[in-house]
Amino acid sequence: MTENFEPTIIGFTCNWCSYRAADLAGTARMKYAPNVRLIRLMCSGRLDPTFVLRALSSGADGVMITGCHPGECHYIEQNYKALRRYLLLKRVLKGLGIEPERVKLIWASAAEGAKFASETTAFVEEIRKLGPLNWGKARDQLPVISEPIQREEVAA
Amino acid sequence: MSEKKLERVGVYVCHCGTNIAGTVDVVSLAKWAEEKLKHLGVVVAREYKFMCSSLGQELIEKDIKELGLTRVVVAACSPHLHEKTFRTAAKNAGLNPYLVELASIREQVSWVHTDKAVATEKAKAVVAGAVSRVIENKALEEIKVPINPNTLIVGGGIAGIQAALEIANAGFHVYLVEREPSIGGHMAQFDKTFPTLDCAACILTPRMVEAGTHPNITLLTWSEVVNVSGYVGSFHVTVKKKARFVNEELCTGCAICQEKCPKKVIDDVFEAGLGYRKAIYTPFAQAVPKFPVLDKENCTYFIKGTCKACEKFCPTQAIDFNQQDQYVDLDVGNIILATGYDLFDARRVSNYGYGRLPNVFTNLEFERLSNAAGPTSGNIVLRDGKTTPKSVGIIHCVGSRDKNFNNYCSVICCMQGLKFAHLVHERTGATVYNFYIDMRTAYKAYDEFYQRVLEEGTLFVRGKVAEVTDAARYEHEKGKLIIQVEDTLIGKQRRIPVDMVILSSGLQPRHDAKAVGKQFGISCSTDGWFTEKHPKLDPVATMTEGIYIAGCAQGPKDIPSSVAQGAAASARVLDKILQKEVALEPIKASIDHDKCSGCRICNGLCPFNAIAFIEDDQVSDINPALCQGCGTCVAACPAGAISGTGFSDEQIMAQIDGLLFRNLLPVEA
Repeated sequence: MTENFEPTIIGFTCNWCSYRAADLAGTARMKYAPNVRLIRLMCSGRLDPTFVLRALSSGADGVMITGCHPGECHYIEQNYKALRRYLLLKRVLKGLGIEPERVKLIWASAAEGAKFASETTAFVEEIRKLGPLNWGKARDQLPVISEPIQREEVAA
Repeated sequence: MSEKKLERVGVYVCHCGTNIAGTVDVVSLAKWAEEKLKHLGVVVAREYKFMCSSLGQELIEKDIKELGLTRVVVAACSPHLHEKTFRTAAKNAGLNPYLVELASIREQVSWVHTDKAVATEKAKAVVAGAVSRVIENKALEEIKVPINPNTLIVGGGIAGIQAALEIANAGFHVYLVEREPSIGGHMAQFDKTFPTLDCAACILTPRMVEAGTHPNITLLTWSEVVNVSGYVGSFHVTVKKKARFVNEELCTGCAICQEKCPKKVIDDVFEAGLGYRKAIYTPFAQAVPKFPVLDKENCTYFIKGTCKACEKFCPTQAIDFNQQDQYVDLDVGNIILATGYDLFDARRVSNYGYGRLPNVFTNLEFERLSNAAGPTSGNIVLRDGKTTPKSVGIIHCVGSRDKNFNNYCSVICCMQGLKFAHLVHERTGATVYNFYIDMRTAYKAYDEFYQRVLEEGTLFVRGKVAEVTDAARYEHEKGKLIIQVEDTLIGKQRRIPVDMVILSSGLQPRHDAKAVGKQFGISCSTDGWFTEKHPKLDPVATMTEGIYIAGCAQGPKDIPSSVAQGAAASARVLDKILQKEVALEPIKASIDHDKCSGCRICNGLCPFNAIAFIEDDQVSDINPALCQGCGTCVAACPAGAISGTGFSDEQIMAQIDGLLFRNLLPVEA
């Protein structure tokens, strides 16, 4: 493990709760680790597990998934579906030989800027302990796949 | 795909004064974007002090026109603040507004990080992500839907009545649905209202009558909403009108049936269990509508098959034992939920003895006790119905501000406790103790009322009551209720014997709030109150377009605030009605029928019932008007047949690559 390893993390937020928590952390000038780069989705239910795999294979050392607390989803219950997929995804990651701890689900309401900040920093530290994933490099040696996987083949 | 024509992208980096420029090297960021993202189509990258200013916007508009930009990235604040600003600017310059992307480098970078080099590096990643994403953005058009001018209001308490009157007075039709036989809500049960001590009925009943006689208001009492479908502008609602067994066309409201009915029933709704009503009844004399309701469960005729006293004596033959429940279908454009609250069940705090010690009352019981129209004609007496108490203890925060029950403050209890103290004092001359944790008398003329009650000689003990017991330890405690409390101002345990205890039970969400929320497609907070769109700036709207909330359904509040929210919600509805049509965000999912295998996985995932299966074609289809755009089905489709506008797989994949700098100009090895 490198001495000064700075993890790169992709974070998914939902438009209604956790993205607003990130906004609130900003407005309140709460400081947190700079390693997480956020993507806004409308809902954590939008999170296709392949997004996580894509991020990990493209050089991210960890992926943070955030959404509204159970029972507070803007879309009523879609965060439960994110939870289901998250649990399945962790098993898939294990099967692929990736530490399942590299992916973490965090609930944060729009009022929880402080929680968003502290959870982010804590997750960065967890990934720092795990060390770099180095999949990005392995991927670089593979032929570049610019097209998304043709899913018709699966359907056929 | 790789041979796609390059878009012409403009990148605009905002200094936001020093808000961004203080932590991010904005000049080098812009320069970097222009160089390193050139191969993606970035033709210009500028930085400016305040992009949101009119000069900043003009800068972007000018470039769109002169440089022929086809995509715009603004690296500035959160899209929740200025996305609309820059989309409008693009629109003004002739660019589709959905081809603009905001990169939040203030809330997500400059405000939360301190090291300039690190912050600038992260800002580069955020911009790279946004550029990659914007290239995949598609031009979208807002969806316009017409607004049906009729409104449904659920809940006929003061908030619902206020909202109904405002809309009806503006000239639009309102359907006011109420579960109980009469409108009026909790306010109709109260005696006096703080801090002015107006009689609740005196100020409420004129409003009730106005609502009941208004040509633009259709009252549906003794009714419940059983089904809701549709979306803003055109909701279809089914209301179950429970059988009253009284023909409303014929009934004159003379109340002879109530007089003649031989069956007495304990009224645990309106009289809080302290009084009786008949099996055929109106909950109170001024009920609106005036038509009584026959309670089938308790009616002698329905139980034994004989009686029919009401029918015999009705001068207009209005009693109809064969009446059935009716289902009424309504088409409305907007819905206001003003469903109110339930009272916290004081039995749950077993150490206060409610339900076990007869002279422990709840606040609602006391309201009925002190009400001149109540079971004791306004005489404040003990449970025996005749003894006037010589000393009364009022316990605040029962079930509120308590980790074991509800964490929140129920807002009304302090003022209510003061009101009770005043009433007891005035009518019985008894010694009154208030046991409080903190005294909260915010708002106009409230604290003055507190001062007044202090001057009247009410005794205040600061401390949370540990126990109410009838186990006397000393001679003077015999036959009394003893309140055991730590007086935190003198730091001592006290035992205060009183004749009567009143518990200020807190407010709770309706027991069925979750189910009602689900029916209307809105969510509840962890405490169970309906969630507003924004706690400060949008307290009566919800995340579902066309559904508004008012009064205690949104959270505990007093009468003035409930009225204000009712009026606020009606203003929001009128705004929608007068626009005649509403523009919906075009963030929707759609299904490519050629790719759909008809597996129906998506069908069950949609909480808005927007996905239907077309039997003939064996494929699923999404109703764009019902779709709220969460994207859960997009993520679930195993065939990749569902795509989501605004948040497509392509956009998100591109953004992931950008954020990880995989989109930079490849360095020659």
